[in-house]
Amino acid sequence: MSAPTIIMMTGALVGASCGLIGAWLVLRRLALMGDAISHSVLLGIVAVFAVTHSRSPLYMVVGAGAVGLLTVGLVAWVQRTGLVKEDAAIGLVFPFLFALGVFMISRFPTTVHIDVDAVLFGEIAYVPLYRLEFFGLDLGVKAIWTIGTMLAINIVLVLLLYKEWKLSTFDAGFAAAIGFSPVLLHYVLMAAVSATTVVSFDAVGAVLVVAMLIVPAATAQLLTRNLLHLLLLSMGIGASSAVVGYYLARWLDGSVAGAMATSLGIMFLLAFLFSPTQGMLARAQVRARQRRSFLQDLLVAHIGAKPGGVAIDSLPQDFGWARTTTDRALKDALANRRIVESGQGMLSVSQASALEER
Amino acid sequence: MMAIIPLALFGLDVSWDATLRNVILGSVILGMTSGMVGSFAVLRRQSLIGDALAHAALPGICLAFMVTGTRSTEVLLIGGALSGLLGTAVLLVINRWSIISMETALGVVLSVFFGFGILLLTRVQHGGDAAQSGLDRFIFGQAATILPRDVTIMLVVAVIVLGVLAACFKELKVLTFDPLFAASIGVSPPLVGALLSALLVLTIMIGLQTVGVILMVSLLIAPAVAARQWTSSLAGMVLLSGFFGLVAGVSGSVASSLIDRLPTGPMIVIAATVIVALSLLFAPERGVLSTWRSRRTRAEHFRTILAAADHHGVSSR
Repeated sequence: MSAPTIIMMTGALVGASCGLIGAWLVLRRLALMGDAISHSVLLGIVAVFAVTHSRSPLYMVVGAGAVGLLTVGLVAWVQRTGLVKEDAAIGLVFPFLFALGVFMISRFPTTVHIDVDAVLFGEIAYVPLYRLEFFGLDLGVKAIWTIGTMLAINIVLVLLLYKEWKLSTFDAGFAAAIGFSPVLLHYVLMAAVSATTVVSFDAVGAVLVVAMLIVPAATAQLLTRNLLHLLLLSMGIGASSAVVGYYLARWLDGSVAGAMATSLGIMFLLAFLFSPTQGMLARAQVRARQRRSFLQDLLVAHIGAKPGGVAIDSLPQDFGWARTTTDRALKDALANRRIVESGQGMLSVSQASALEER
Repeated sequence: MMAIIPLALFGLDVSWDATLRNVILGSVILGMTSGMVGSFAVLRRQSLIGDALAHAALPGICLAFMVTGTRSTEVLLIGGALSGLLGTAVLLVINRWSIISMETALGVVLSVFFGFGILLLTRVQHGGDAAQSGLDRFIFGQAATILPRDVTIMLVVAVIVLGVLAACFKELKVLTFDPLFAASIGVSPPLVGALLSALLVLTIMIGLQTVGVILMVSLLIAPAVAARQWTSSLAGMVLLSGFFGLVAGVSGSVASSLIDRLPTGPMIVIAATVIVALSLLFAPERGVLSTWRSRRTRAEHFRTILAAADHHGVSSR
């Protein structure tokens, strides 16, 4: 495989696994917890490396996963003291853990051996250089194996817990009542988020992984109201951002991870504007249509309330609307045959409309 | 009052080296301003908006550099402020026009703006422009790069921010604690809310050079949370929070200037978090220890009463 293919594949696998697990975060309104975890796992990565001097994915996932859960636990604990509200608790815990991580990286560069730049946006360009060997046998690019495995684990997890997560996401009370443990389900999801973040670290760094977790799911939310479709769409959007991002990065000569986040932003913007059901344009259109039909109803009701009918000329004064508004409502009502114009510019409610009223 | 402390420090003609003096002045100004403005953000439960706005400043800084080619701080900060404000506007639009929840909208704005900023930053770096080193400092903060004129800029912005804060104290107070009442007496919640966002953006501008975009949020939240534990008066909290911010800012930036290879942002955050931890534990009345002690005293008291009741032959039966 050529280097660009490997980079795009790695990015696509990151996008798909983050998109799948991030969808649950977004649905449970835990987007900012995802942000917090992705920042603080840096400390786990640094600590594991300082102790074991190895970047073995297994150690990393265990160590950084522990720090991810520590973040969630600390936030919950700080909140439980009743002294700090949730948003502030999150904002206290993750900058601290992240700051400790950056502190260790900058202070002990020879021990930690991680570049500060890598923290920010990963080193996806170097991914093709690291290969997985098994007793001297070259099995291919390491990152594709680790991230591929993570994606497989995430898919299995979602298949196994689909019913439980679905129920506890949309009706937590009912889920608890029929015996699912909300705490356990929550921590399993948080562990999955932490592990996915760690595995994605080499490709996209600790900061930009937030974009992969949140933006695909947010975009999918604008396009569908069906959970299964949302999960698939979110994965697809995450994966496609790798391809778009790769070419964008090549064109601008910048970081691939930054370009992936940027292209996710563009996709979000497009969905936000043009989604057929949730898009801003569709919504504006619906609002305009509703307004028009409401104005028409008002006009018909007004004319119907006067037994002798209403003179066209008095309409602008009756309502105090702009000339064009009155004209359009009048035109709509005439076109729908809800009112009729008799001679001398008098309006009255049509036979059909009057019957309907009754 | 705001101006006195920095001026006194200017007046103190100790034989510090000039860099250290700028660093300390910069972090005094930053710590006070962010502590005071942050109090309102924390009380209104909007503390993480500061995080999104700080991240959103990065692309503006990079674009300002790419367009003007200048390294001068004020131009870069104006670019940052503009994209921070754009981030606020995007947040509002998403909130108004879609089903996306506020948490998710914050995450989207934060990560997309930051990602775009990183794309631009790496482009500048790959361009091999000699001036590129200047942009890195806005990510984790590098207080050692603060020049005397940067301190002047910070001071001017801080005076504006704190002046507006003092002038609109009543409005901000009523908005924070009772938005409905505020609306009924003619204080428009959206307007004052927008004012607070603008103050947040300006405060973040002061902090970008010292703390950086990623960790700036901590300096908005931590001093305020710490101050809240010691007092229940808003004015007291705002002043104390400014003081805690000052202590965190100075200790963090001095540590990073004295010790080699330490970015300033993380050190300030660690200092601020220590202040929070101490406050949560030891604050009288609200603190964890004091709550624990008073709970134990009450339990003991209750047991004594029970024992006494038992002695007098009163029973629950």
